[in-house]
Amino acid sequence: MSDHEYTPKSKFGKWFNDRLPLLSLANHLTDYPTPKNLNYWWTFGGILTFCLITQIVTGLILAMHYIAHADMAFESVEHIMRNVNYGWLIRYVHANGASMFFLAVYIHIFRSLYYGSYKSPREIIWILGMIIYLLMMMAAFMGYVLPWGQMSFWGATVITNLFSAIPLVGESIVTWLWGGYSVDNPTLTRFFSLHYLIPFLILGLVVLHIWALHVPGNNNPIGIDLKKPSKDTVPFHPYIVIKDLFALLLFLIIFAFFVFFSPNILGHADNYIEANPLVTPAHIVPEWYLLPFYAILRSVPDKLLGVIAMFSAIFVLVILPWLDTSKVRSAVFRPLYKQFYWILFADVIILGYVGAMPAEGLYLLVARVATAYYFLHFLVILPILGSKEKTLDIPLSLTEPVLGGSPNEALVRNKKEI
Amino acid sequence: MSEKKPKRRDFLFTASYAVGAVGIGAAVWPLIDQMNPDASVKALASTEVDISGVEVGQSITVLWRGKPVFIRRRTNEEIAKAKDVKLEDLPHPESDEDRAKNPEWLVMLGVCTHLGCVPLGDKGEYGGWFCPCHGSHYDTSGRIRKGPAPTNMEVPKYEFVNSNIIKIG
Amino acid sequence: MKIFLRFTLILIFYSLNILSLTAAEKSHELLKPGWSFKGFFGKFDRASLQRGYQVYTEVCAACHSMKYLSYRNLFETGGPEFSEDQVKIIASQFEVVDGPNSEGEMFTRPARLSDNFVSPYANDQAATAANGGAYPPDMSVLVKARTGGADYIYSVLMGYENPPAGISLDDGVYYNKYMPGNKIKMAKPLSAGAVEYIDGTEATEEQMSKDVVAFLSWAAEPHLEARHKIGFKAIVYLIILTILVYFSMKKIWSRIESKV
Repeated sequence: MSDHEYTPKSKFGKWFNDRLPLLSLANHLTDYPTPKNLNYWWTFGGILTFCLITQIVTGLILAMHYIAHADMAFESVEHIMRNVNYGWLIRYVHANGASMFFLAVYIHIFRSLYYGSYKSPREIIWILGMIIYLLMMMAAFMGYVLPWGQMSFWGATVITNLFSAIPLVGESIVTWLWGGYSVDNPTLTRFFSLHYLIPFLILGLVVLHIWALHVPGNNNPIGIDLKKPSKDTVPFHPYIVIKDLFALLLFLIIFAFFVFFSPNILGHADNYIEANPLVTPAHIVPEWYLLPFYAILRSVPDKLLGVIAMFSAIFVLVILPWLDTSKVRSAVFRPLYKQFYWILFADVIILGYVGAMPAEGLYLLVARVATAYYFLHFLVILPILGSKEKTLDIPLSLTEPVLGGSPNEALVRNKKEI
Repeated sequence: MSEKKPKRRDFLFTASYAVGAVGIGAAVWPLIDQMNPDASVKALASTEVDISGVEVGQSITVLWRGKPVFIRRRTNEEIAKAKDVKLEDLPHPESDEDRAKNPEWLVMLGVCTHLGCVPLGDKGEYGGWFCPCHGSHYDTSGRIRKGPAPTNMEVPKYEFVNSNIIKIG
Repeated sequence: MKIFLRFTLILIFYSLNILSLTAAEKSHELLKPGWSFKGFFGKFDRASLQRGYQVYTEVCAACHSMKYLSYRNLFETGGPEFSEDQVKIIASQFEVVDGPNSEGEMFTRPARLSDNFVSPYANDQAATAANGGAYPPDMSVLVKARTGGADYIYSVLMGYENPPAGISLDDGVYYNKYMPGNKIKMAKPLSAGAVEYIDGTEATEEQMSKDVVAFLSWAAEPHLEARHKIGFKAIVYLIILTILVYFSMKKIWSRIESKV
């Protein structure tokens, strides 16, 4: 794994390292050659690691006080908020932490889209990332059920009912998911169990994600392949560490603002009403980070097709490395792609907005157009753009910004192999 | 020039580390403190016990803060036995007067001070309590006399609300 | 750097917007009397909370429970901060069912500091039946459970009006300007002089509404003052550390020619 041979200085260190090369690993991580032109959009990997650890730590603590039972869950959350020492703080960090986690992951994903980080040779990193994202959505959804408020209950009902769209076996699957004939205590306890498990799966995948990243090394804003180590790279520690730390602190200021001064603004008031199977809230709205997918689901008038559309919206992202055929990675050198990128960005924002609105009239029309464009972008525009777009000249390296007009090495190599 | 620069740099780094360490400490404290008894547990401070039905020579066990409390109405013989002991002979010297303000009533936590088992009544070599876990013997005042337990059984804070009711805590 | 900040701000604005839009569905702009507990340094007004408690016990508590509060909360810091002795007297006026005793029977005793607020009804069904089929919601977290929060509850209390022409109301249904759908099953609870304040404050409708909503806001968020205090310190601290780290970063990156 290490790029060069490393021998610990102390005798004990050497003895230990020969048996378990932890020191070599640490050395690899600190020396890891990183492109020196990484901008602040690249700091979100570190921020996301922080978010994951924060969620795991606060979640472990909440689980010490929470009671996963339909009759006691709501009360136990109030117990945490009122009686447990700093319970309010830990719960608000966990609840807002989920939102901050998604905020960071969306920036991370859109950074990758802009700079073409998902392209060869980084497809596996991207796919692992998409699996992490899917697991995050599952964890967030199940976590939202745990306080057993009205939104918890009805959100769980609506989302689990998605599976009833599956022909023939749909109803049986939903009953199986519930462990009964409606969302009830068995559903709550299994969601709690899985909500506890998923973060550790994510943690494992994050390790793989970083491992896969360390094979080709980071992409960079120019999108060219760099010689490593070289004048174009800096060791990860201290250069990138301190920069990530600075960005993390800025992120934490925003995080702290939510936790301490608007802790409930990202949630929904109805979730402070205990779950009641007899009364559905006027508007069932998922948390903001799931709204675009919710809009796609509702924009299709057919139940089964709506569910298929929603899952396809995620699946097109998984196969994105093969949909985008352009040899150039970074949008910096792709004038057309750059424009479509921003249109897609606006499209997703619009989807999120209409997802929060009632599915009727103009909102529904907008949702349909936005959904259609979303798929159009990935399935039609990107493949065409790859062959038609006239890209700008690309420098050969960072330190020699000579415009040579050569596309990046790896892609050329790949093409020859084909 | 080259001498001044590293100094300023050192100061900056030291300050960053120091401020960072303070912050980590402050952030970790809530994570630790949340395991301490919460406000609702702390509030369950006292419990009232009706002792009107307890005959001389009997004892009752009540629950207080999740632990058993022995309330024993001692016989004159037991009281005399407890008062007879010389303080020098005790591993943990306490006079019976200090432990039972009203000598007829002995109120103490029924928890062996060795490792927390509940001792059995009317047992042991000293006519008091005997802990079956590791063989500690307590006398009729609940004082340790023999065995691994280091101290006497603890007397909680209590008061007689009237002649029939004891308030523990 | 600039783009980074602008982007974050846009995202925050966007998320706020979604929520304000769901709030904007109400037919009328909510009344905003101004609350001492809003803002960075927001704190509760103790006297107002104490009066609010009085309004709650004398008026609301006849139907509305507050089952997640306990009497001890009334003297804990950050709340109404009655003295402990005052609260002991308050608690002792309520009867709590306890037991079973050594004979296996349930018995009643005066409430203690550690007891939760005694509910007016034995269970939700009894509460619903006694109120013409409309369940009087538990008020422990009511302020957080309503879009618009304190302003909304205040507006509903102040929003009783005669129904406009053309709207007919069933028996036991009242017209309220701020209630979604304008129909409410609770009769106007507060009218001038409904309580006689111990501290001599004149019990106008506005005064009582404001006091009781302040009390309910505290009840829903009993650690609000601690949250604001810690939050202010946390953010000041983070800004200082950010500045230090920023200059450390500049120093470290100055070793190579590239700019950060």
